Amino acid sequence: MPEVTKSLDAADSPSFKNGWSALHILILLIAVGLFAVCDVMQYQNYTDGWVFLSAGNILNILNQVSTNAIIAFGMTLTIVITGIDLSVGSVVALSGVVLCTLFVDYGVSLPACIGVVVAMGLGIGLLNGFIIAWFKIPAFVATLVSMIVIRGAALLIVDGVPIFNDDDTFLFLGNGLVAWTVPVPVVVMILVAVVYFYLTKFTIWGRRIYALGGNEEAALLAGVNVFRTKLLVFALCSVGAAVAGIILASRLGSGQPNAGDGYELDAITACVVGGTNMNGGYGTIVGTMAGAVLIGLINNGMNLLDISPYWQLIMKGCIILAAVIIDCNANATRTR
Amino acid sequence: MTTATQSQPILEMRGIGKSFPGVKALDGVDFSLYKGEVLALMGENGAGKSTLMKILSGIYSPDAGQIIMDGEEVSFPDTNTARDAGISIIHQELNLCENLSVVANVFLGRENVRTCGYINDREAEDKTRAILQSLELDIDPRVPMRNLSPAQKQMVEIAKAISQNARIIVMDEPTSSLTAAEEEEVLYGLIERLKAQDVSIIYISHKMQEIYRACNRVTVLRDGQYIGDSAVKDISEDRLVEMMVGRSFDNIYPHAPGVPDDAPVVFEAKEVHSPGVVEPSSFTVRQGEILGFAGLVGSGRTEMAKLIFGVYPLVGGSMSLNGESIDASSCSAAINHGIAFVPEDRKLEGLSLDHSITDNISASNYTQVSVRGVLKKKSVREMVDQGIARLRIKTPGGHVSARALSGGNQQKIILARWLSRKPKMIILDEPTRGIDVGAKAEIYAIMRELAAAGVAIIMISSDLPEVLGMSDRVAVMREKRLVAILDRREATQESIMTHAAGGSKHA
Repeated sequence: MPEVTKSLDAADSPSFKNGWSALHILILLIAVGLFAVCDVMQYQNYTDGWVFLSAGNILNILNQVSTNAIIAFGMTLTIVITGIDLSVGSVVALSGVVLCTLFVDYGVSLPACIGVVVAMGLGIGLLNGFIIAWFKIPAFVATLVSMIVIRGAALLIVDGVPIFNDDDTFLFLGNGLVAWTVPVPVVVMILVAVVYFYLTKFTIWGRRIYALGGNEEAALLAGVNVFRTKLLVFALCSVGAAVAGIILASRLGSGQPNAGDGYELDAITACVVGGTNMNGGYGTIVGTMAGAVLIGLINNGMNLLDISPYWQLIMKGCIILAAVIIDCNANATRTR
Repeated sequence: MTTATQSQPILEMRGIGKSFPGVKALDGVDFSLYKGEVLALMGENGAGKSTLMKILSGIYSPDAGQIIMDGEEVSFPDTNTARDAGISIIHQELNLCENLSVVANVFLGRENVRTCGYINDREAEDKTRAILQSLELDIDPRVPMRNLSPAQKQMVEIAKAISQNARIIVMDEPTSSLTAAEEEEVLYGLIERLKAQDVSIIYISHKMQEIYRACNRVTVLRDGQYIGDSAVKDISEDRLVEMMVGRSFDNIYPHAPGVPDDAPVVFEAKEVHSPGVVEPSSFTVRQGEILGFAGLVGSGRTEMAKLIFGVYPLVGGSMSLNGESIDASSCSAAINHGIAFVPEDRKLEGLSLDHSITDNISASNYTQVSVRGVLKKKSVREMVDQGIARLRIKTPGGHVSARALSGGNQQKIILARWLSRKPKMIILDEPTRGIDVGAKAEIYAIMRELAAAGVAIIMISSDLPEVLGMSDRVAVMREKRLVAILDRREATQESIMTHAAGGSKHA
């Protein structure tokens, strides 16, 4: 699990907040604890080796968290600028539906379909950003509206019925392996993560996003184009959701109008567990990646341990609460 | 009256006029600034200071008049042109991103960008370090802003201005964001170094002490008009106040009739203490008396007030009100006993700025104006109208939001809230901070009226002239302990400071 250890190294970086280390020690402890318990139990139950720690299982976990992580990166930035994007789950559904409809019903080529879906995500994000930045509507409300409208659009396009697509190239996007080992979604996730990491850490756009999240007034007075920056953030978030939607549709072999339900909450969870401050200003791509992976680890570990899915939800909630309490206390000491 | 030693002003504003719908904010204002001087720009709220500065910084464009820099007429259609011409404003509320580093803040909006939006911070870091060094500031440019003290944050704002090659820096109430006297000294030191670098400073403040401490010259505005200017050393405080207010104040402090020796004691604190907050201290407040609390910042004055008001637990000692022992275990208990507390930061602790005057006045008085939990609109209106009239709050009506009022009127809202409860004692913490002279005089008059009506008053203030002018007796605190109570006759700036700083035999 390289992601988590990497996140600890990053504690030295000046742009990280002080709460980072305490929070991520907890994450590490949980992860190590799961490893220990799972592996001991698995070792006793089976004789075919260390299941939880195996490369196969790690890739399996990354594969499971890939769509959530891709969405959560964009979500992190919306939260950093004191916003939020609730529409991502609906965008996931619309993307799958649009892609499969174009491909199956209209015979559009796959690359063109992907292009259209990504452009659609871009358009939705720009519209979200425009409504938020121009009319000064809280992001929560604006994206709540688009969440409802877009879900409606997805259902409308296919009349509420999933549209199946068994094209091999299409199925490869969500189920294929690169170099016979690494699932395509994991590769996509890593690429997206690298782009986001570079953007937030090293570019002027990243700097503007954090400046905006830290003090919008100050950013405005310093000549930062606040309007454009907001558009950028929401556009990125929706594009991420569209990409995740394509992967999910391929996995399901169909465009499902009800897909992606609740994904916005999963993404927000990954951000929060990863140390993103819901009041804006603070939040990192590495942290969110760690958050998404941790949630994946917990799910996977509990599955391997045969814990009832109902109990899994309860435990997951408790772990998130613990993470946030530690994080908030660290914030409190920071602003003493 | 002007300093004639310098030849040509670096900046001149001639006949500046600016109107807003229904208001003439500026009417033919003349203004000049010389190289390397600190000019105090004074005037009451609404006198036009900020409008003039907004015109200078390109936020507003003037309806009439010329701006002349270095002998040439210029115009500032937007903030960027003004900034490029070398004009920077340090706003009262600092405009910084706490989550970013010092360098990122200094160069925000002016980052050195390479291909693909890549930011090269190294050069910016070197420049920032050089500027900080030239100002003799020991700040690491890489630390996040949130790790700095308020004073250091302000220094960074100034460094930012210098990095923009500012030749004119406008400081809008620069000490209001500082918390300690030592920090102010750092600011004054920095101003000296800026002067030495030939930077001119326009210094906006209400505080006389600061004007005399930091400025060379003063220009006064009133009701949008230029009233006059003078070298600071040639003008008395009384004359300055007169210029600002437009009528002469022999004394902005109302006449204190004195408290008879047999006046009954309203409030008595005996050896009250709360570990780490207030050390054992005793004092009394008599009927009709204003007891001033003086001391350095951090000496425990506000803590003492909050101890009485039930914010901090009373660990030892006792308090009594009108001879009856009271237990202020919580704020609501203190309020029910008849104690009122007007906090230091009215925006943060006192008012709900976006709510109406009505809501703000009735906030802690709902039980009086309701029957079985249902608010009676008529009683609310009566209470609010009474408050507005009694305190002479300048507003078209109770529906106006508190934010729309001046600082003085906001303070009156809080007073009105408490007065409608008919308190026996009122504690005022820095009652006139950030309020202009005219409104100060009104607040003082109200305090005296209340005292005359038999209300005991505790006034905490860091403004020594105010303490001396208003108090019947002065309690001095040092290191969380009340160290002396001085009679009006024996209280002087020196005697108070001696006790406050601990230089005397009491140490």
